[in-house]
Amino acid sequence: MTSKFYKRLFLLPGLLLLIAIIIFPLLFTIRVSMANWNVSQSGLDWAGGANWARMFHDANFWSSLFRLLYFSFITTTLQYILGFAAAMYAWKGFASRRFFRVLWLVPLMTTPSVMAIVWRSIFREDIGAANGFLRLFGVDPIAWSTQIFPAGVTITIAEVWQWTPFMFLILLAGLLSLPKEQFLSADIDGATPWRTFWSITFPLMAPISIGAIIIRLIEASKIFDSIFNLTSAGPGNATETPAYYLYTRGLREFQISYGATMGLMYLILAILTLTILGQILARVSKPRGL
Amino acid sequence: MSRIFKYSFIFIWSAFVLTPLSWALVTSFKPPAAVNNGATFIPWLQFQPTLDGWKDITGISGYANLFPPLINSATVTFFATLVSLTFGCMAAYGLSRFSYGWKHYKNPDIIFFFISQRIMPPAVLAVPFFILLKTLHLLDTKLGLVLVLTSGLMPIVVWLLVDFFNQLPKEIDEMAMLEGCNPFEAFVRTILPLSKPGLTVAGMFSIIFGWNDLFFALVLTFTNVQTLPVAVVALNGTVTPFWTLCASAIFSILPLIGLAFVVERFLSKGGFAGAVR
Repeated sequence: MTSKFYKRLFLLPGLLLLIAIIIFPLLFTIRVSMANWNVSQSGLDWAGGANWARMFHDANFWSSLFRLLYFSFITTTLQYILGFAAAMYAWKGFASRRFFRVLWLVPLMTTPSVMAIVWRSIFREDIGAANGFLRLFGVDPIAWSTQIFPAGVTITIAEVWQWTPFMFLILLAGLLSLPKEQFLSADIDGATPWRTFWSITFPLMAPISIGAIIIRLIEASKIFDSIFNLTSAGPGNATETPAYYLYTRGLREFQISYGATMGLMYLILAILTLTILGQILARVSKPRGL
Repeated sequence: MSRIFKYSFIFIWSAFVLTPLSWALVTSFKPPAAVNNGATFIPWLQFQPTLDGWKDITGISGYANLFPPLINSATVTFFATLVSLTFGCMAAYGLSRFSYGWKHYKNPDIIFFFISQRIMPPAVLAVPFFILLKTLHLLDTKLGLVLVLTSGLMPIVVWLLVDFFNQLPKEIDEMAMLEGCNPFEAFVRTILPLSKPGLTVAGMFSIIFGWNDLFFALVLTFTNVQTLPVAVVALNGTVTPFWTLCASAIFSILPLIGLAFVVERFLSKGGFAGAVR
């Protein structure tokens, strides 16, 4: 019973289980991306890099990537700022905070695909709640689903509603586990709340913030459920993200090989982006003392 | 000034959180006229509530019955979470306390490997998973769905718990080992009881992501193991009226809302206080 045995005992079961589940799908995807395969064929043919070449010239794929970049940046930023603000208020300072903690966690517990259906009923132009509410104030109905900008707004609202509580929870858990000593000495020194926040709370929260932002970006980049049920990538393809585009090409039109190719390219780009971003965020947070 | 800002933030944010939920709840009791003639908001004043939508989804009117999907969702989520949490927390503890290495791949790379499993869009993995489960005769079974979900849930558990374990001082487990525990006993007897908040948060995310998964359930199961999101989206695809859809939405999110209370309780108890003595 060496310590090497225990070292392996902890990591290997989980790691091997994960590899066992994921290895076949991953290898299969790589192989399929070099074939021209649809489900009706029994064997795999060989198409070399044809799918890859096609992808590099597919303007729809690249524009969906840029749309995603822009989109996940906006939603994640909004979620982080709102989530942090909510976490600060729910951390301490007002009496009924425990009630609000529960309330603000609720959207996280709801199913995105189901909520997208509810949001769609809210943004229905004729009989939906949003236009009905605006009408009370004499505002003309907005064409939520047929104009590009309002369609983007509906998705942003749905995503911010759904996932800000994720940031809120992670950041609140972080705040609650912070050591109290530094805040006591700041109190004694008579620091203003604003100053305490920037020089103590925010730097202490940096590692947790980075973790939360990275997870959120990963999840945001897969956004599918809300687009599928809310706008179906419309109007036109104005709200189409890579996940939805892959789905259309791969599973609806059964160009499985092409879908696999785009999936791999997307995976490579996402890992690169996240690695670089992780490094940058880690470096930015270092000089503040962590 | 900052007081005004504070209370208006709290008010506006709470109103925003409640908006879609209250709309769905109110709409689920509407009669057809209250939906089709423009938006209505206030029951009794603007319309007389009916239970038609709820009768449609509970099998009373024979339209649809969401109770079997509810049981499927609960079973699949429970087992996927159990497996992810068991293996995930061991892996996370290992990654927090030991240093692993294979060539120049070190702990951070292993952690990144775990989390990278969540990057791949489900639309790409759906077909290979379909073939895999078909070969193993696990299509449309709970076990198959549990396995596939585990590959997405364990990464979240590992990612969250490595951070939590890192915050627990190493002296705690060293102390236990000095008193004669082996590393595994030290982990089970001292670290696990102290990590209840972390385990709660990780378990909760696992439950949420498992419960809310639409895509894999849509592709990998058909009639035997229809889960709740699939059943609701299927209703949405047919000519189901708004009030029934809203009732099904409320029905499928109610079970997890209780989780918010559980999580809050653990958070407020202050997990780490007294861990170091």
